[in-house]
Amino acid sequence: MTTLQRKEVNPIAHLSPEDIEQIGRELDAIRDEVLAVRGEKDAKYIRRMIAVQRRLEVGSRAVLLFSVLPPAWILGTIGLSIAKILENMEIGHNILHGQYDFMRDPKIHSTTWEWDFAAPAEQWKHSHNELHHKYTNVVGRDNDLGYGIMRVDEQQKWAPAHLGQPLYNFINACLFEYGIAAYDLELGRNLASKRRRNNPDFRARLRQVGRKIRNQMLKDYVAHPALSVPVGLAFGNPFGAFFGTMAANAVANVVRNLWSHSVIMCGHFPKGVETFERTSITGETRGEWYLRQMLGSANISGSKLMHIMTGNLSHQIEHHLFPDLPASRYAEIAPKVRALFEKYDLKYVTGPFVVQVASAWAKVFRLALPNRKPARAIDHTIPPRHPAEATV
Amino acid sequence: MAVTQKLRDGAWRVVELITTPVVPADYLDVIAPLRNPTVLRARIEAVRPETAKAVTLELRPGRGWQPHRPGQYVRLGVDVDGVRLWRAYSVSSAAGRSDGKFTVTVNAVENGVVSSYLLANARKGMIVHLDLPDGEFLLPERRPAKTLFITAGSGITPVMGMLRSALHELSDVVVVHSARTAEAVVFGAELRDLATQGRIRLIERHTRADGRLKPDALADLVPDLFERETWACGPGDLLDDLQEHWADAGAADRLHIERFRTVVLVAGEGGTVTFEKSGLVVDSPGGTSILEAGEAAGQLMKSGCRMGICYKCVLPMREGIVRDLRDGTITTASEVDGDKPLIQTCISAAAGPCRLDA
Repeated sequence: MTTLQRKEVNPIAHLSPEDIEQIGRELDAIRDEVLAVRGEKDAKYIRRMIAVQRRLEVGSRAVLLFSVLPPAWILGTIGLSIAKILENMEIGHNILHGQYDFMRDPKIHSTTWEWDFAAPAEQWKHSHNELHHKYTNVVGRDNDLGYGIMRVDEQQKWAPAHLGQPLYNFINACLFEYGIAAYDLELGRNLASKRRRNNPDFRARLRQVGRKIRNQMLKDYVAHPALSVPVGLAFGNPFGAFFGTMAANAVANVVRNLWSHSVIMCGHFPKGVETFERTSITGETRGEWYLRQMLGSANISGSKLMHIMTGNLSHQIEHHLFPDLPASRYAEIAPKVRALFEKYDLKYVTGPFVVQVASAWAKVFRLALPNRKPARAIDHTIPPRHPAEATV
Repeated sequence: MAVTQKLRDGAWRVVELITTPVVPADYLDVIAPLRNPTVLRARIEAVRPETAKAVTLELRPGRGWQPHRPGQYVRLGVDVDGVRLWRAYSVSSAAGRSDGKFTVTVNAVENGVVSSYLLANARKGMIVHLDLPDGEFLLPERRPAKTLFITAGSGITPVMGMLRSALHELSDVVVVHSARTAEAVVFGAELRDLATQGRIRLIERHTRADGRLKPDALADLVPDLFERETWACGPGDLLDDLQEHWADAGAADRLHIERFRTVVLVAGEGGTVTFEKSGLVVDSPGGTSILEAGEAAGQLMKSGCRMGICYKCVLPMREGIVRDLRDGTITTASEVDGDKPLIQTCISAAAGPCRLDA
C-alpha cells in the first residue's frame, strides 16, 4: 500500500489478518441488519424523491417560460439547478447502483434507468460500479483517481504538464458530465492509436455518447428555450426569452457539474484517505476489500439536506462498504460503522464540506509540483496476507 | 393524411426531446398513473369482504386494457413491503360491464404473501399493476345444452365470473361446490339465491362435516355426469382425481380444468440450472455461484465485479429458487406468476432447479 500523504505510519500495521476478517464479518452483520428491514419505507422514499424531483423540474421549467423577467429567471434557474442535482445524485446515481433493484419495479431499476447526464447510464455503470467500486483507490486500476489527467499520488512520476492540473481540475469540474463521458469512453487511451480508434466496439460506444449528448443539448439549449419564445413575443423580446432560458439551462448544468465534482472529490481525495498499490489486491479477501473501502473513502458531515443533495455520498464510507444498499439507510448505519473504526483504531475521515473540498484542492495544488523528497519505497507486505495467500 | 401523421410524429418527437432522457409518460405518471400507454395499471375502487378469508377488489383498469372473457384470469403486480410481486387472480365479475370496471376475488392462501397482504391492506385508491387477461378456461361460443361446474374453495371465482356473464344463455346448470363450512362459501348468498330462483342446481358440500368430495360420489349427485360439458377448478389433488375419473369414463374431452398454483418451492442445496436459450443444463452445487457453474460449462455469460455490487451479470429467472451466497437471502420465481425477477448470477447459488431466460 502506498499512501497519498506519504504516511510515516502504516495505518493498519496493528491489525492481524484475523482482525481484518473479523471486521468483514462485523460489516456483513450490519449489512444483514439493513437487509432485514429494507422494504416499503425505502420504496416510498425513492418514489417520493422522484415525484418531488419531477414536480420541481416541471415547475422550474414552467417558471423559465417567463425567463425574460429577471425574477422568474433567477427563481427558475435555482429550481432547475436543484432539480438537476437531485436527479443525478440522490436518484440517478443510487438507482444505477441497483440500490432499488430489490423493488422489482422495471421503472426504477439499474438495468432500465437513464439519467440527465452526458454519460449514458450503461457506460457509466461499467466504469463506476464495475471498476471504481471494485478497485477503489488502486492506482492504475481505479481511473477515478485523478481521472487519468491528474497526478494524485506521490508515487506517480511528475511531469511538467502536471503544473497545469489545478486548471484542468477546474475545467473538469465545470464540464464534469462531459469529463465523465470521456472518461467512461477511456478517450485518452482509445484515441491514442489507429487500431483502437477504429475498434467497432469503441465506435459504437462513441456513437451512443454522441446521441446522448445531442439529445441532452437539444433539450436544454434548443427545445426548452424555444418554448419560452411565445412568452418572449408577448413581452416584445423573443430573443431575450430564448437566450435567457438557454443561459438558465447552462447555469443549472454548470452548477450541477461543480456540485457533483466537489462532492466526488470529497469522497476520495481529502487528507487522510489512502491509495493502494496494484499488486496489493491480488487474491484479496472480502475482509481486505472492506478494509480498502474503509481506508479509501471520506465522508462529509452536515445536515439532512446536505446528505440528500449529495445523494448521500456524504456517507461515502458507508456507500463504498455497501454500494447496493439504499443510500437513505447510510445515515442510520453510520454510527455503527464509525464505532467499528474506533474499535479497530482506524481513522474515520470526515469533515464539513468546505474543509473537505479545500483539503482535496490543496492536494491537487501540492501534487502539481514535484515531490520535495524522494517518494517512499512501496511496502509490499501491506495489507498483511494470510501465509497461504502470500504466495499467490 | 400522410402530412398530418408526419406533423404529429414531428410534434411527438419534440415532446420526447423536452422530457429526454426519460419518456413523457414518466412525467405523466406523477399525476395520472392510469394514463401510461406502456405500463398497464389499475386503481382499486372498492374493497368488499366476501368471507373471513376472501375479498373482492373492484378495479378500474388504465389505458391499454382489453376486456376479459368469462373464466379468464389477470395477473396483478402488488407492491408488498416495497417489492413488486405478481400473482394470477380469476376475474369474478361479468364480462362486458358498461362502466369498464372488473373485479377479482382474492382468497387467502396459506403462507401466501400477496393474498394475505391484499386481505389486510387493500384500500380504495390503491394502484396495482396489471397484465392483460389470459387463460383458456372458457365457455365455448356455442353454449352447451347441459353444463356442470365442479369447484372447491377459491376455485369458485372463475366459475362465478362465467355464471355472472353467461347464465342467461345456459339452460341446465349444475354447480357442485366444496368448502370447509357453509360460512366459508365464497359468493354463498348469491349462489343460494340463484338456486332458489331455479336458475342453477347447487350442491354444496361442507368438507369439515362431510369430508372431501370423491369422484365416485359424483354419479349419485349428478346422474347424467358424463353427458354434461364440465368445468372444474380447485386444489390440484381434486383436479387430478377428476381427470382420472373422466378419462376412465372415456369422457376426458368433456372436462375442462383450471389449475391455480402448481409449484411449491422449497430451498435446498444446489440444483440443475437450465439456460433456456442456449439449451445448456448445468448441475450447480449449493456453494457455487450460478455464474461460475455456467461459465465452467461453457455458457457465455456477462459479468462485471463478480462480487455482487455492479449488477452487470443479472439474468431473468423464469422459474426456480436461488440463495444469495453473501447473506442467505432466498429469491424465488414461478412460471404461474409470470414474473421473471433478475438475479445476480455472481452471488446467487441454485437452491433448487432453476430455469433462466438466457
